[in-house]
Amino acid sequence: MTESLNVTVDRREGLAVLYTEGYINNQGGEEIAKLAYKLIDEGYKVLLLNLAGTKIVNSIGISILIEIIEKMIEIDGKLGFCCLTPTIEKTFHIMGLAQYAPIFKDEAAAVAQLGA
Amino acid sequence: MALPMVPEMEIEASKTATAIAESIRMSPDRIDEVRMAVVEACINAFEHSRSVDHEVFVTFEVLGDRDPEKLRITVRDTGVGFSPDILGDPTMEEKLKSMRKRGWGLKIIRGLMDEVEIHSGSGGTTVVMSKMR
Repeated sequence: MTESLNVTVDRREGLAVLYTEGYINNQGGEEIAKLAYKLIDEGYKVLLLNLAGTKIVNSIGISILIEIIEKMIEIDGKLGFCCLTPTIEKTFHIMGLAQYAPIFKDEAAAVAQLGA
Repeated sequence: MALPMVPEMEIEASKTATAIAESIRMSPDRIDEVRMAVVEACINAFEHSRSVDHEVFVTFEVLGDRDPEKLRITVRDTGVGFSPDILGDPTMEEKLKSMRKRGWGLKIIRGLMDEVEIHSGSGGTTVVMSKMR
């Protein structure tokens, strides 16, 4: 029954993309946060979360993503999201999260905007 | 259905909600919203109810005069209850300044479902939420 999350990272020039696969709950959120903080320690200030492989999230997982947003604000970095399901995107708008971390339709648009 | 309060059991309730919503031909995007609202209602009960029986009871009803019009889902626990009025409306601005980033469940449920009622008292909490087909 377990719906664990897999996260892979693509390190690029000036930007790292995290690809998620599975349910973003508390454990999933922690996994993303662990990798995000590692990337920040490596010097990355621009992170993109590609959620194409995530069809469901919960508010506990999202609250951990808010901690990452807070960290990015603190270091004057940028965090963006792309490839969200309509429901996840709607949820982020309900929460007002999109005001602090932009949402992009696809990865190319996100890289073009965040990398600029 | 009676769900034991164990991690990821909310996914089982969401699968049942999905199957019923599909059977009444709700649109995929609306089904996804129902699914997420069910997850939120269940984890709220798991996290906050402090129910001694460690169970959450989920009921699914299809309503309509002749054809199915609405899916109503009731999520009930027998925990300590809470006062919905004192929770306030969480905002990102407030959460970014706060140590506590959580507390979004009811806001998400209200945003995703068409109708939401919350009844809570010393005998537990019942969340009744509906979505038109």
